[in-house]
Amino acid sequence: MTTETMSLPTMVPPAREATSAAPETTRAAARGETDPEPQPAVRVRDLSVTYGTTLGIKGVDLDLPERSVTALIGPSGCGKSTFLRALNRMNELFPGVATSGEVLVRWDGRFQDIYAPGVDLVELRKRVGMVFQRPNPFPKSIVENVIYGPRRHGVTDRALLAEAAEEALRQAALWDEVKDKLNAPAAALSGGQQQRLCIARALAVRPDVVLMDEPTASLDPISTGKIEDLLGKLSKDYTIVIVTHSLQQAARVSEKTAFFLNGELVEAAPTLQMMTNPRDRRTENYVTGRFG
Amino acid sequence: MSARRTDQIARWTVTAAAGLILLVLGYILGSVLINGLPVLSWHFLTSRSSNLGPGGGISLQIFNTLYIVIMSMLMAVPVGLGAGVYLAEYALPGRLTSLIRLATESLASVPSIVFGLFGMVVFVNAAGLGFSRLGGAATLALLNLPLIVRVSEEAIRAVPADLRHASLALGATKEQTIFSAVLPATVGRLATGVTLAAGRALGESAVLIATAGMSSPRYLTLDPLASGETLAVHLWAVNAENSLSDAARIADGTAAFLILAMLAVSLGIGWLARRLDRRLAGQG
Repeated sequence: MTTETMSLPTMVPPAREATSAAPETTRAAARGETDPEPQPAVRVRDLSVTYGTTLGIKGVDLDLPERSVTALIGPSGCGKSTFLRALNRMNELFPGVATSGEVLVRWDGRFQDIYAPGVDLVELRKRVGMVFQRPNPFPKSIVENVIYGPRRHGVTDRALLAEAAEEALRQAALWDEVKDKLNAPAAALSGGQQQRLCIARALAVRPDVVLMDEPTASLDPISTGKIEDLLGKLSKDYTIVIVTHSLQQAARVSEKTAFFLNGELVEAAPTLQMMTNPRDRRTENYVTGRFG
Repeated sequence: MSARRTDQIARWTVTAAAGLILLVLGYILGSVLINGLPVLSWHFLTSRSSNLGPGGGISLQIFNTLYIVIMSMLMAVPVGLGAGVYLAEYALPGRLTSLIRLATESLASVPSIVFGLFGMVVFVNAAGLGFSRLGGAATLALLNLPLIVRVSEEAIRAVPADLRHASLALGATKEQTIFSAVLPATVGRLATGVTLAAGRALGESAVLIATAGMSSPRYLTLDPLASGETLAVHLWAVNAENSLSDAARIADGTAAFLILAMLAVSLGIGWLARRLDRRLAGQG
């Protein structure tokens, strides 16, 4: 399929700037190109997802390196969010979704297929957390939001919960802003703070992998910057997968980038290479802004 | 006709409709309160009703009304809310679900006297409760169930999918999601439904005449098997029997008190819901 025949949505990320900005700012560049890719925390093999008769994604093979940020890019409707939601089986909440293939998550020291029969979704989602596109705090207090996960998993000790809340809020770089009003309603926070609260809420469950579905899509540039800074710090401890519409964001925050188009994984490589020297013609067209 | 003209006519029409409602409401409220308020004295509110001569009060009826309304809400709200949760969260679309929905909707339009007679046959006679507060409250609960089921289901459906997804993605089970994330977000809407139901229970007479009865024990008792004439039934009874020289006066006073009580209930539940909402959302 050639790029000329495709009808793609017109939501264009300003990709031309990205190509010039990318080389200086990728974290891959900072680490030096020769670093070998860390071993994967998640291996995806021949993953296909269909919605009724519509194809979501087909035949995707991808490794997500441990303790690093992998960015999923591509035009709207390319399947990147579908792929993301396949990693914690959230697709199944939508009627008519069928999944095939394997998603192997490192779990108690070995890779386990999360689509194998008998997999406990509660255990899976404790290991693979998620942050959504729009901040979606519960209509509860700040601290109640953070300890929502641990509480549901049976932690009742007040001191333990308070400790977990502080740790998660610190990790999400929100502690200093909310430590004096932990019992205030989450709704009173700004959008950016709410999104960091949602990140803290996901971290409080102590996952290995954190999935983020365009976490800055509804935020202003300053809040976006804060969350991007945060991603760099978090990737020391967590495996992060982020869907983004912005090539610059992928360039700024990720070590590895995967490009999706029409439900297929076109190419996945270290971010610097993807931005400067992609192997596939379609990737090149996308990152140079010929379509988007 | 110009757009401006159409707009003007539309505005006048809806304003007139709103005005008409206000007028009717004002007339009813006004006449009840003007006639009834002067009757409301401490003596009237705290003394027993009399079947023999003038000068009776409504203290027993106030107590019976509170007793029966609270008991019926305690029965109807948990069951109705449970059914609402089932319909919104568990029921698969299918024939059984449609049947349940059809049944609740049909029940909602059954005249209350039918519920009253049903209650008399089932609770008063078959179950052997006699004319009793318990029988009245149970029948009243049946009357209000469809409303509460419907309001609960709609309140639960109105909770954004975002919230459910957030909870499930944190590794909460479906039950935890419903009870810890979804239901707390429905407090405001549920309160509206409960207020409506409580208001209807307060003002209901046809359901209670043949179930809770038209008399009261002569002493204060919490016995659920004692009969319990409520305010609305009393209002009807003094007029229907018309054996007292001051029947009209008692009816006026009772009606005024009933209206004030309804106002208090709806304000009270609203206040409680806002407080609960704030407490759930964090004090801020």
